[in-house]
Amino acid sequence: MPNQVANQDPNTKFNSDELSKNGSKSPEKATGAIALADGTIVYGRGSGATGIAVGELCFNTAITGYQEILTDPSYCDQIVMFTFPHVGNVGANEDDNEESSDNATSAARGAVFRAHPTPPANWRSKDHLGAWLRKKGIVGISGVDTRALTKRIREGGMQKVAIAHAADGQIDKDALLETARAWSGVEGSDLAKTVTSEERFESKEALWDIADGYSNNENAKYHVVVVDFGVKKNILRNLADVGARATVVPATTSADDILALNPDGIVLSNGPGDPAATGEYAAPTIKALIESGKPILGICLGHQMLALSLGAKTKKMAQGHHGANHPVKDLETGKVEIVSMNHGFTVDPDSLPEGVEQSHISLFDGTNSGLRVVGKPIISVQHHPEASPGPQDSFYLFERFAELMN
Amino acid sequence: MPKRTDIQSILVIGAGPIVIGQACEFDYSGVQAIKALKEEGFRIILVNSNPATIMTDPDLADATYIEPITPEFVAKIIAKEKPDAILPTMGGQTALNTALALDKDGTLEKYNVELIGAKADAIEKAEDREKFQVAMENIGLENPKSVIVEAPKKYDANGKETGKDVLEGLKQCFDALDDLGLPAIIRPAFTLGGTGGGVANNREEYEAICRSGMEASPTGQILIDESLLGWKEYEMEVVRDTADNCIIICSIENIDPMGVHTGDSITVAPALTLTDKEYQIMRNASIAVLREIGVETGGSNVQFAVHPETGRLVVIEMNPRVSRSSALASKATGFPIAKIAAKLAVGYTLDELDNDITGVTPASFEPTIDYVVTKIPRFAFEKYKGADEMLSTSMKSVGEAMAIGRTFQESFQKALRSLETGFCGLNEVEIPNLGKGDDYNALMAACSQPTRQRLLVIAQAMRHGLSVEDIHKASSVDLWFLRQFADLIETEKNLQRDGLPASAEEMNLIKSKGFSDERLAMLTEKSEADVRAYRQGLGVRPVYKRIDTCAAEFAAKTPYLYSTYETGMMAEDGSILPAECEAQPSTRKKAMILGGGPNRIGQGIEFDYCCCHAAFAMEDLGIESIMVNCNPETVSTDYDTSDRLYFEPLTLEDVSEICHVEQATGDFSGVIVQFGGQTPLKLSQGLNEQNIPILGTSPDAIDLAEDRKRFSILLDETGLKQAPSGIATTVDEALAIAERVGYPVMVRPSNVLGGRAMEIAHDDSDLKDYGAKALDAAEGGNLLVDRYLSDAIEVDVDAICDGENTHVAGIMQHIEEAGVHSGDSACSIPPYSLSQPIQDELARQARILADALNVKGLMNVQFAVKDDEVFVLEANPRASRTVPFVAKAVGKPLAAIAAKIMADEKLGQFELGEGPIKPPRIAVKEAVFPFARFNGVDPALGPEMRSTGEVMGIDETFEAAFLKSQIGAGVDLPQSGTCFISVKKSDKTAAIETAKQLKKLGFSIIATSGTARDIKEEGIDVDVVNKVLEGRPHIVDKIADGDVQLVINTTEGAQSMLDSASIRRTALIKGVPYYTTISGGHAAVRAISALKESPLEAGSLQSYS
Repeated sequence: MPNQVANQDPNTKFNSDELSKNGSKSPEKATGAIALADGTIVYGRGSGATGIAVGELCFNTAITGYQEILTDPSYCDQIVMFTFPHVGNVGANEDDNEESSDNATSAARGAVFRAHPTPPANWRSKDHLGAWLRKKGIVGISGVDTRALTKRIREGGMQKVAIAHAADGQIDKDALLETARAWSGVEGSDLAKTVTSEERFESKEALWDIADGYSNNENAKYHVVVVDFGVKKNILRNLADVGARATVVPATTSADDILALNPDGIVLSNGPGDPAATGEYAAPTIKALIESGKPILGICLGHQMLALSLGAKTKKMAQGHHGANHPVKDLETGKVEIVSMNHGFTVDPDSLPEGVEQSHISLFDGTNSGLRVVGKPIISVQHHPEASPGPQDSFYLFERFAELMN
Repeated sequence: MPKRTDIQSILVIGAGPIVIGQACEFDYSGVQAIKALKEEGFRIILVNSNPATIMTDPDLADATYIEPITPEFVAKIIAKEKPDAILPTMGGQTALNTALALDKDGTLEKYNVELIGAKADAIEKAEDREKFQVAMENIGLENPKSVIVEAPKKYDANGKETGKDVLEGLKQCFDALDDLGLPAIIRPAFTLGGTGGGVANNREEYEAICRSGMEASPTGQILIDESLLGWKEYEMEVVRDTADNCIIICSIENIDPMGVHTGDSITVAPALTLTDKEYQIMRNASIAVLREIGVETGGSNVQFAVHPETGRLVVIEMNPRVSRSSALASKATGFPIAKIAAKLAVGYTLDELDNDITGVTPASFEPTIDYVVTKIPRFAFEKYKGADEMLSTSMKSVGEAMAIGRTFQESFQKALRSLETGFCGLNEVEIPNLGKGDDYNALMAACSQPTRQRLLVIAQAMRHGLSVEDIHKASSVDLWFLRQFADLIETEKNLQRDGLPASAEEMNLIKSKGFSDERLAMLTEKSEADVRAYRQGLGVRPVYKRIDTCAAEFAAKTPYLYSTYETGMMAEDGSILPAECEAQPSTRKKAMILGGGPNRIGQGIEFDYCCCHAAFAMEDLGIESIMVNCNPETVSTDYDTSDRLYFEPLTLEDVSEICHVEQATGDFSGVIVQFGGQTPLKLSQGLNEQNIPILGTSPDAIDLAEDRKRFSILLDETGLKQAPSGIATTVDEALAIAERVGYPVMVRPSNVLGGRAMEIAHDDSDLKDYGAKALDAAEGGNLLVDRYLSDAIEVDVDAICDGENTHVAGIMQHIEEAGVHSGDSACSIPPYSLSQPIQDELARQARILADALNVKGLMNVQFAVKDDEVFVLEANPRASRTVPFVAKAVGKPLAAIAAKIMADEKLGQFELGEGPIKPPRIAVKEAVFPFARFNGVDPALGPEMRSTGEVMGIDETFEAAFLKSQIGAGVDLPQSGTCFISVKKSDKTAAIETAKQLKKLGFSIIATSGTARDIKEEGIDVDVVNKVLEGRPHIVDKIADGDVQLVINTTEGAQSMLDSASIRRTALIKGVPYYTTISGGHAAVRAISALKESPLEAGSLQSYS
């Protein structure tokens, strides 16, 4: 071999070990494992943070946007399984985080991959996904037949699981299983409280641009109060793009305090957990906000709590929605939009009181995907119009909300 | 919006013959569209000149016109059928251009026909480079910096257009160069697959490519782009409906960066190296492009380039129609783009249509996948001596293979072996100039060249220690992919060092990276069978997963499957559950059909046609059909064609694993290997050894026919004649045979496809050269050397035999004499000059051969007839290329009947008689060649097949049918002008006859001195023109100046071939019809004379029966 070839910079030398140890392991060689409450154990290769995490195993079928998903506060106490096999391709960066407050920095507890996260290859990347997961305290595992596991969730529902990553391979499967079973689960828990911001804060950051990144909208036309149940940053950015500066307030803020800010409109954000649990304190507030006559936009958990406050009921779905490819029909225009979805509860359309109409439905299963209050400037959607990740077809909802504030 | 009720009949325009850039993907889309529209109750009229398509089967459309796809013929069909609408988006560029021409010339308005799917202005906006640029600016999207140059039109004194002023155009090209800089990318408007375009690195190349681009473009228009070499390239497949709902079906990323035509690039789906923010920008841009261009409904594809370091995104182009990429996207995701597009074109919206795969969700969603798809193109440079093998912006590949795996590595390695180009993985390749003191630069140079083997070269460079960063610098291939390759090379090194892994777990891990047993055998110096036995002994076998459009979010009802290696979960009691397999084989009686793999010269759509018919036949018999194939362009890989579809490589390993799964339940009757060409035939022996039953003719009988030696003995035994011949295993033996039988001799290697390495040797030196090459090409290592029967008439006979009775389906007389490969010859059913006794004798001999070979299914025999004596050239007890042509000519579903016979039905049931059936009309088949794409290639016909496709002409007379076949093949025969004649000695007499007729038709004749003297002696007026070697102005100047309208040029011998190549080449480039055989020329003259007598009419197949 001539010198030129041998003398390559050692710092840039590719460590193929990253990839070659890919794949599932027998119990003796595994450095990661997941135990499902139903007794199933899956072994694999650990990645990210070491230790044990417990949560509800959910899946997401989006192909892009793993960083956005893993920083979405709605995934609080969940372990996210990615159905697309390659995750980590574009690394991680500062711009693609979705949490908007310190409390929400580590919402998702774990991540499950088919292939081991690869070294990054993208101009925007600042970090290897594995290193980023470690910093975030997210426990990862790869080498899992994620498709088989997804089918199991599809058929048997989301389960409590415990995920472990031990560099030395010391994993006590019985203890892990016990941990999974002992966990209280998300049903009945008010997770919004965990991820909501402690302090009120302002936001005027607008949507990302490929040339300039983020910049602030200094000429806001509206003032919106966002009730933070675990708000994704991109909701705030979309608001800025339609000319609204946002004041984000903690989930427990009273209606009086909110109205005292004299907003042009109010957004009830997305968030994790059981709407019924959070609704205990949020519903009275929302009822008062409805009474105020201010324009309201509800998103995801905010949509469900708005429905509850209006007197409708929510129910657990046989099969939740978890992807970035879902068709939703706007019943007003008849148009189909492709959206991001992530929910296991749905508003029962048969329970809608007089004066509340369905505005959107899911074309996958006909479930409710949006509401409108007749005669009031109140709209809400089950899906994620803020995208990130996912299609931006529903941006018009922010515009519609802005019109309501006119 | 529900279906439109104001239209009742729709004309679908097909894509015509298979050419580079336009292959069987348009049969796939056309078939889907016709089925979808018929389902809705529309009357469908179809025009397509390609008989080898499923879409032209008479029971598909209501009126099927196998006629040339030209504005003139389509106008005749419109006048006759009065359709309410035309769907122009299913037949590639051919259909779009034809529709646009019919709009421009007022035909559509005259007959009140509406274009559906894409309106004329949308087509123009997308196709016209200038309008497209403006449109993109309107929506704030960047285009590459570029200029558009259009060669001004030239007019004669009467104001009649006479051509284009390329010189003036060139001036403008050079004016633009300052702004754009070199390298520059040149792309002609309105051409398919970028014909005539390319990348210019210097001023000389710039001039040459600008010139060829303006000449290739029907409007003389070219787009010269700023070079985006090294940028990343992406495609988005978009579908839009009348309510403006838009969905992305699939994103595709090219591993080969910008600079290589996307059809020639290795691509993956989905895009793998974009962040969500970048992906959404591209998604929004794609949809904006469709809206701005005004594609009302249907599928389109939009191509982007992305700067790897800044993410700057520019739009390259869009196609307002289904395309090769949409076929790929359909197969990659399970979303049937063409079918949905057809329904949208008649008024439905996406939310009104179902997703067939899940059966429970609507078509208005975006497919998401949980696997990786890799497509690798296949090239045929070995067929085109002198062609530039560097890949560029003009497409050169003739086919492609697609593979699916759970990971990129698995799908990539599966795709490599699916190609059937001798690779079972990342095989070692030679890198030039190593060991000459500067290996680093030699490796860098090799990695930088865009060749068809670049990724193998990159892998090899890794073995030599070149870093991924250096390779990235040299090739601009994204680091993500390079690291994946580096890992494979690392794994290979470990295998070479440590041998096969001891544990099932490690073995499973290696198999999950896509390594074939064959590659593992090579790396560990074992036999493939040993590796397989060892692997299976460890219990390591693939599982099958479903393609479900939704990454398992919903259950899939359609069994569309691919293999992968997965691991099982552990149950609470500590037992390991088997890895989940979703194959769920049925308990029915079943038969497996092996497809033909990627298209190549000699094995393409004709075989896919037969495989589809086999599936249809099984359905008729109530037998479950299981299709295995890896060609994404085909109808056979439509999940709708068979009951079960495995999208898998056609190797012994992959096929026998599927058999293993399918044999587990139900009644597995066997495998049909005789319909997919050589690919499945090569597997028959191996399958047989594993006791997997082969349906139809036995593998031994197939070998008996393929092996030149065994076949010679058989002919002797049956008393049939062969030209004097012998079998050689060395060049010396070949020379000895030649001495015995006399020159010229034909050299025929055993077990090859499309006449690979077949040549006519005129002397010892020819034979030494050709013989060595043929021995290389021959599988099994022997050659037949036989006396070349000069001036013999070649005949193809197709027959079906059930083991007892034989039906002779068709006797095809070739137009070109024996010596031209049968796939490249034109031919006629029924024979146009053979006497009845000779035809009877041919049928008799075919029956004898069918008996002797114990054929059960199809058989094709090639004969040569010389002086009323019949010689057998070869017999193939399998489906032949001509099966669909014969089936269309005689109106019988031959392939389906043969498949039923393989499933033990008897010939008698089909009431065909002994045959041949008298066809209702004369049918002529003509071959179509890609010579225009390969500069420097001599277009003279010879024993090695080089055509990519075929057309069929049907009419009441041979002359009219032949003329239609020429028009269909793009040859516009002149009605007057000058004909150049230059023929070899043995053609002199025939040439005089031809010259006489041309004179009678009013042509003037020019000839080179020898030919001219002979013609003059017969009292025919002729002008002498210089040969190229005799000084200027010579014949090539005359052709180039447009002074010649027809060329008849026959040659023999290597030297005179070389001397006259520029004549044929120039005629080709100038679009002057040329014939390289005297019989071809004669037929053309007959056709010209027939046209003078009466104009051509269009007729549907249905009206003939």
